[in-house]
Amino acid sequence: MINMFDETTAIVPSVLSPAVLWRDKAVANTFQRTDRPTVDTNKRSENAEWIECIIRVRDSQDKAAFATLFQHFAPRVKAFLMRSGADETLAEECAQDVMATLWQKAHLFDPSRASVATWVFTIARNRKIDALRKQKRPEPEDLPWGPENEPDQAEVLALQQECDQLGEAIATLPEKQRKLIEKAYFGDLSHTEIAEETGLPLGTIKSRIRLALDRLRHAMK
Amino acid sequence: MKAEITHHLTDALLMAYSAGTLPEAFNLTVAAHISMCDHCRARLGAFDTVGGTMIEDCGAAEMSDGSLEDTLQRITGIMPGREKRHVTSPDREILPRPIRDYVGGDLDSVRWKPVGMGVKQAILPTSRDAMARLLFIPAGSAVPDHGHRGTELTLVLQGAFADEVDRFASGDIEIADEELDHTPVADVGQDCICLAATDAPLRFKSMIPRVAQPFLRI
Repeated sequence: MINMFDETTAIVPSVLSPAVLWRDKAVANTFQRTDRPTVDTNKRSENAEWIECIIRVRDSQDKAAFATLFQHFAPRVKAFLMRSGADETLAEECAQDVMATLWQKAHLFDPSRASVATWVFTIARNRKIDALRKQKRPEPEDLPWGPENEPDQAEVLALQQECDQLGEAIATLPEKQRKLIEKAYFGDLSHTEIAEETGLPLGTIKSRIRLALDRLRHAMK
Repeated sequence: MKAEITHHLTDALLMAYSAGTLPEAFNLTVAAHISMCDHCRARLGAFDTVGGTMIEDCGAAEMSDGSLEDTLQRITGIMPGREKRHVTSPDREILPRPIRDYVGGDLDSVRWKPVGMGVKQAILPTSRDAMARLLFIPAGSAVPDHGHRGTELTLVLQGAFADEVDRFASGDIEIADEELDHTPVADVGQDCICLAATDAPLRFKSMIPRVAQPFLRI
């Protein structure tokens, strides 16, 4: 099921398609051009909308776009932090911090490597480590991501499809397995308690992200 | 990025790093390996995507009145950054950026302390639930034979070493648990530099390192 669309999109990105920049105003239209029956269209256009908002924040400090992101993500980040052990006051404060970080780091978001929800998750997680565990969070070295090597639209779309498929796959996991994964992400399992075989179908999304990384590495040379 | 890394992170470590539940010393080691290894960087991206679905599906907690206005107030006047991010040039730098942040510079800024037989170490300032140290093993020398109470991650930054398990070269990570007793020996050609993270003290086989252990904090 995960692979259904793969052969059509896997080769398209950097090789065949013209380099349509994701900041292009035609972004929204491009997203509607490809119809995939297996993908939840509402969800997909939702991410396209978040991407558009981040571009507007990045390029024109658009506060209305920020408000749209805030209304969707702030309550989710707050819920995530409370599930992870923060009390309501701390979760509220941190959720605001996370959203402010979103504004400040809008230029670092690469939609060919992460959905907006994934990016929000990584910011929320780092804030959580800082606030709840009082520790620094060493992050991997950055890649040379910047406007001069923005991904083309096919890459962004393909990644979004992988994200949606993964979300569906997680939703349909057996209850026991899904609970274990939730426990790992809400901080209730140590690394030695996490199963080496998670049963998560991560192969295709990993390959997709790897393609985006290879493109960035190529652009570095 | 190194081309031929053959020893990678486990799924369990990547998921724990993504979830943010590892001790800081382990986070540092994972971040340093990922800086050198796009294979694991992509695998981490997949685990972060799982985290993204958690954000979407864990429900929504109502924000307090005025929270949007407060946040808008905070960001007013702040321009989302424009600068191109600093990128390592692999020809000149040996330590990956996450380690340089702890050392305060590259290899020439490391303050080594001798631990005997030419081996040197530098303990990095992480939280106390685990320990991270840089190890300098002279070409052809051995680290004393030791076992592990907890987990030991060893990331090769320069040169290579071999032990009872395999040979580990630049970018490779060895993940040792309680079942492994090993004597890492550096390759003859070049001094070997590693980052080692442990969440419990090592168990040395011979008397001398065991006596010295409390003083050397190894």
